[in-house]
Amino acid sequence: MIECSSALHSILYPNRAFTKPPIAKFSLSVRSQPLAGFPGWSLTTGMAFLGALFGCFIAVPIMLFAALGISRRNRVVTRHIERFIRWFLIACSCLAILTTIGIVMSVLFESIRFFRIIPIPDFLFGLEWSPQTAIREDQVGSSGAFGAVPLFAGTFLITVIAMVVAVPLGLMSAIYLSEYAGRRIRTIGKPLLEILAGIPTVVYGFFAALTVAPFIRNNLGFLGMDVSSESALAAGLVMGIMILPFVSSLSDDVINAVPQSIRDGSYGLGATHSETIRRIVLPAALPGIVGSILLAVSRAIGETMIVVMAAGLAANLTANPFESVTTVTVQIVTLLIGDQEFDSPKTLAAFALGLVLFIMTLVLNVIALRVVRKYKEQYE
Amino acid sequence: MSQVEIIQRGIRRRYVVEGMFRACGLSALICGVVFLAFLLITTFVKGYTALQQTYIGLDITPMEEDFDGAVTEETLRRADYGALIKRSLREAFPDVTRRKEKKTLYRLVSSGAQHELRQKLVQNPGLVGQTTTFWVLADDEVDMYMKGNVNVSIPEKKRRFKDHAIELTKRLVQQDRIQLRFNTPFFSRGDSREPEQAGIKGAAMGSLFAILVTMLLSFPVGIAAAIYLQEFAKTNRFTDFIEVNINNLAAVPSIIFGLLGLAIFINLFGLPRSIPLVGGMVLALMTLPTIIISSRAALAAVPPSIREAALGIGASPVQTVLHHVLPLAMPGMMTGAIIGLAQAMGETAPLLMIGMVAFIVDIPGSPLDPGTALPVQIYLWADSPERAFVERTSAAIIILLLFLSLVNGLIVVLRKKFEKRW
Repeated sequence: MIECSSALHSILYPNRAFTKPPIAKFSLSVRSQPLAGFPGWSLTTGMAFLGALFGCFIAVPIMLFAALGISRRNRVVTRHIERFIRWFLIACSCLAILTTIGIVMSVLFESIRFFRIIPIPDFLFGLEWSPQTAIREDQVGSSGAFGAVPLFAGTFLITVIAMVVAVPLGLMSAIYLSEYAGRRIRTIGKPLLEILAGIPTVVYGFFAALTVAPFIRNNLGFLGMDVSSESALAAGLVMGIMILPFVSSLSDDVINAVPQSIRDGSYGLGATHSETIRRIVLPAALPGIVGSILLAVSRAIGETMIVVMAAGLAANLTANPFESVTTVTVQIVTLLIGDQEFDSPKTLAAFALGLVLFIMTLVLNVIALRVVRKYKEQYE
Repeated sequence: MSQVEIIQRGIRRRYVVEGMFRACGLSALICGVVFLAFLLITTFVKGYTALQQTYIGLDITPMEEDFDGAVTEETLRRADYGALIKRSLREAFPDVTRRKEKKTLYRLVSSGAQHELRQKLVQNPGLVGQTTTFWVLADDEVDMYMKGNVNVSIPEKKRRFKDHAIELTKRLVQQDRIQLRFNTPFFSRGDSREPEQAGIKGAAMGSLFAILVTMLLSFPVGIAAAIYLQEFAKTNRFTDFIEVNINNLAAVPSIIFGLLGLAIFINLFGLPRSIPLVGGMVLALMTLPTIIISSRAALAAVPPSIREAALGIGASPVQTVLHHVLPLAMPGMMTGAIIGLAQAMGETAPLLMIGMVAFIVDIPGSPLDPGTALPVQIYLWADSPERAFVERTSAAIIILLLFLSLVNGLIVVLRKKFEKRW
């Protein structure tokens, strides 16, 4: 027996602390719901698929290497086996393409089904988001509206807060580490920042929800401001710290790529160290820095655990960082956790949001990668 | 003012700006480090108490009547051990007579205590008829009180742990019936709704199986793809496309991989939900780009002279790569793979999508049993309202971080040992 709704429940009703959530049970069905149009797929197919998968990627190379060892004397056989090995290598690299296709297909098909129920303009430009199916008549947030603008706004707000933290801190520490710091500080400081990147996001989420959010609430509450316990500020701040090492290590690379001769020229004209950095190095490195910031933004948009744990669930259309907002990723998680039917717009909406998220991050990544690549070529 | 003075003043100003700029950089670095320290310290302070657990010592005298008059294996299993515990509690506190007070008294002991007691008696039926002191798990509220996590100063109405329970606990302490012992249940049990009975072994095993599957899939495939792209592929549109694809996949949010797993593995192929196998496959797809990119870097670091030498004495291109380039690039590839695995180990979001968030008490024994993973367990516990789960969550985080630092330590060692400069 599996009981799955407690997490969802406590997200949905955060005010009901200390009451045990009613436990909805669903038994682990051996056959999960097949996708429409593929009624024949079942566990056996799944197992067959699995066998094929493991066979392809584990057994095949072992067999090939064994054959290669045995056939060492026979040149013709060796040549044939070598050709197989090459095809195996090509197949493996095509898996990357397959993954991309898989991602696009999986979000696209379900999204199309969603857009058949909810028109695209209603989804993209609607101002109201309340996807829960009504259990009671008067339940809040259950009118079945799928306007995603509040989610985009919430994502944007939290991303902006994160970048306000991460960009200055990351950039300044990168500048300090690459331009000023001696060897000792660099060998200590750099790995320490990298540890920040290695901490799982669920840990940041726990920290944001349990330490930072109450701290902000208690301390800014004195200023006469009404701070929500799931404020966008807490999630954004912690996300900023999470992204900091990302910004700093990328900018560090970029700054190091600026040729020393340009710096020397500036010193020769009598500029101080900081003047050289601000007027010569940074402008020269700007495209690369912008690229790394774009990559960081795409990370912030796609980050899930921090916002799931520290940001709210109610879709508020607000720019006030002390209020609670919700994001695209939070909604995907809440819509898909627990039992689900694959024909309700509620579940399909998660895939539509996934599609939007995928497109947004893809565009940012493509631009950023191109900018960084061009920049690096410039100095090579 | 002379020209010289103006310049000198300007220089002074410029040096002040210089100092400020430098201080800005240093403080930004310190900011990050302080935050890291703060995060680690608060987690540790909240979590280390979970190493110990409160036990209550009860003098229990199981009589033959409790087992329907005859002590057999079956009656031993069927007996009402809750009643035994209640009786012993009543004997220890004869003055507690009112119904409500009795209820408070009974609640001091964990609801799992009767199962422990059953186990002990089934193993050792000779204990029937004599009085033995059993140490049973205390309720999480008692545990929190003993660890000083109950704020006694707030009014009773707002507190879960009432005054009467506190008084009873104090008397237990006076009678020497309360002990803090090493928290074995935390390391040997699966999840539970009761904090004092909840352990991380189930989640740890789930993580282990998922990571094993990830490793088996992503490591060979990643290395093979890297070899093809770096050693054999000619630069043309197709290989360019693969490369762009891999770079983009590395930056796709992890939750999207979860959607992929849900739609393809679970819906299309009909694999069951919540099993570490599916989790491992999703994580494998997610870590693949990381492994490919770092493996390519490792291959690129092998100097071309080695390839030329091998080709020169008549090795085929495949032999050149398999016999000469690959062994030299292996340490670098290993580090890349381990980095990918460390990333997969801490990942939560895609596992939520494929149903590894279910509440599962049993410890998974294979990748096909339903299970959760360590980070998901942290997420689940973080959501629970009980105060005692905060401690457990922090402890689980400490363990996860320990694992990760172990893995990262391995990377450092590997790098140091095999690092070669050409």
